[in-house]
Amino acid sequence: MLFWLVVTIIFVLVRMAPGDPAAFLVSPTATAADAASLRAELGLDRPLIVQYAHWAGAVVRGDLGESFSSRQSVSRLLLDAAPVSIALGGISLLLTFLIGVPLGMFQAARRGGAIDKLTTVFTTTVYAAPTFWIALALIAVFTYGAASLGLPPALRLPAFGIRTPGGALHGWAGFLDLFRHAVLPVVTLAAVGAAGIARYSRSAVADVLSEGWVGTARAKGARPARVYGRHVLRNITPQLVVLAALSLPGLVAGSVFVEQVFAWPGLGRAMLAAIQARDYPVVMGATVFYAAAVIIANFAADVALPLLDPRRGARAA
Amino acid sequence: MKKSLANDRTTAGAIALLALMVASSVFVPMLARQDPLAIGDVIALRLVPPFSHDSTGAWHLLGTDRFGRDLFVRMMLAARISLAIGVGGSVLAAALGTIAGAVAAWLGGITDRLTMAVADALLAIPRLVLLLVCAALWQPGLLTVLIVLGATGWMGVARIVRGEVLGIRARPFVEAAEALGVSHWLVLWRHVLPNAIGPAIVATTLGVGNAILLESGLSFLGLGIQPPRPSWGNMIAGGRDLIVAAPWVALAPGAALILTVLSVTLLGDRLRDALAGNQAPFARQLGERT
Repeated sequence: MLFWLVVTIIFVLVRMAPGDPAAFLVSPTATAADAASLRAELGLDRPLIVQYAHWAGAVVRGDLGESFSSRQSVSRLLLDAAPVSIALGGISLLLTFLIGVPLGMFQAARRGGAIDKLTTVFTTTVYAAPTFWIALALIAVFTYGAASLGLPPALRLPAFGIRTPGGALHGWAGFLDLFRHAVLPVVTLAAVGAAGIARYSRSAVADVLSEGWVGTARAKGARPARVYGRHVLRNITPQLVVLAALSLPGLVAGSVFVEQVFAWPGLGRAMLAAIQARDYPVVMGATVFYAAAVIIANFAADVALPLLDPRRGARAA
Repeated sequence: MKKSLANDRTTAGAIALLALMVASSVFVPMLARQDPLAIGDVIALRLVPPFSHDSTGAWHLLGTDRFGRDLFVRMMLAARISLAIGVGGSVLAAALGTIAGAVAAWLGGITDRLTMAVADALLAIPRLVLLLVCAALWQPGLLTVLIVLGATGWMGVARIVRGEVLGIRARPFVEAAEALGVSHWLVLWRHVLPNAIGPAIVATTLGVGNAILLESGLSFLGLGIQPPRPSWGNMIAGGRDLIVAAPWVALAPGAALILTVLSVTLLGDRLRDALAGNQAPFARQLGERT
């Protein structure tokens, strides 16, 4: 039901737009008749409601249609680009939590102190910065600045693409090449995410620390590592799972910019190119793909919650 | 527990910074000797570094861009647009959300279910993707960006207002007003909405920073404000390939943007703590960040 509504909204949004995709596709010397025959070939001359029924029906069967410009199947196009985006987003999401949660915990433990205040200023600043600006600043320092600042060669990182062009590197060298290309994009995405998660974890952990049983655990002689690692973490885990699902749209947005700045051939770039070319099937297909990912992530969080938080499970039952 | 907003150094600093930004955006382009859009002697004036004089002896606080235009003046001209879109887009989204949420809760039934279903569906599509689709397929420009920000940002506020209205309509004073013969819609307008509007105001404030970020993102991708009219986003895009030769061209507008969004975010946080008190930090709407 929700998915159907999403599919409908996407169709309405894209097709409400002015502009004729056929006009973009024909050669500059083409006549109006050429454009008309192309429209007929792409099915753009049929009534909108017929186009809608045709498209929505196909989407339900998992068929996203054919790209206007390359005539490739949209699913094929998206599946080719998806691994890059999923790897980029997945690793960044993992790092986001591995950095953000401990940082927030550390801040909550030293709440009000100088380190906490400084860290808050830092995380809020990163949180306020546009992803593409952070990416450019990193490029300025680690790609071009590295030589003039006298950084060691290992820190002179490549800023474009996912592999060094021309050199067909294999095995360990190939992996190292990929790794070096991935550092800046991943750091950009993870920094933005971790800043948000740290801001959130700080207040969540502070709430938990004010509970009576934390005092009890401490009074019983539990060491800080046990209090934080076991009691506190366990209590904020359900919130973190929800947060991971909620952070997916932000991750998608970030990856669009990161892929654009670093020239990574992922979904975000594919979609931007399609938007510029008015390749409706690809635009609609990519949007359906993103929306499906968000819906699935929210659903997974809903399913996982009772398992992680027995109290919630008991209430639901 | 309520800490007075005025007696707080962070809040005071944020307000001062925003006031300075607004004042500079009004006065700096007005007082500038050079037209920030016009292109003069490019070869002589381009890419002057910050804090230095160009060949005509004029001093540039932040240097010049590739066409020899003063970067600081352009940045402040961009501030007008970015601030206006940030506030305008956020207020528009909040107004739409308040209407949708209040009407849905007040009418109930099929209206309520349909409104909330559309809100849920729109929330499932990442806001940037929605923005890209809307902004790119329509004519890019100021008005498009504003409308699109409003159209893609109302769902969160609608949910909050709907919840508040549902809670308030069960209170005795609403029943009293209806018993006294006040018309159905007047009760909503006079008695219910004023009590439900607090959280919407907080959400609006927190939304301003988001709107500024989203506008800069769209403009960076070339789908928002179009050059030569400057916005922070298209200025950063303009300095992108100069990041080696003249990093200040891209980095300076970003710094202005960060300071602004930082101030707005801090203000929104404090306002939320003061007004909403125990509202869950989920309201931080992490997912909407650019």
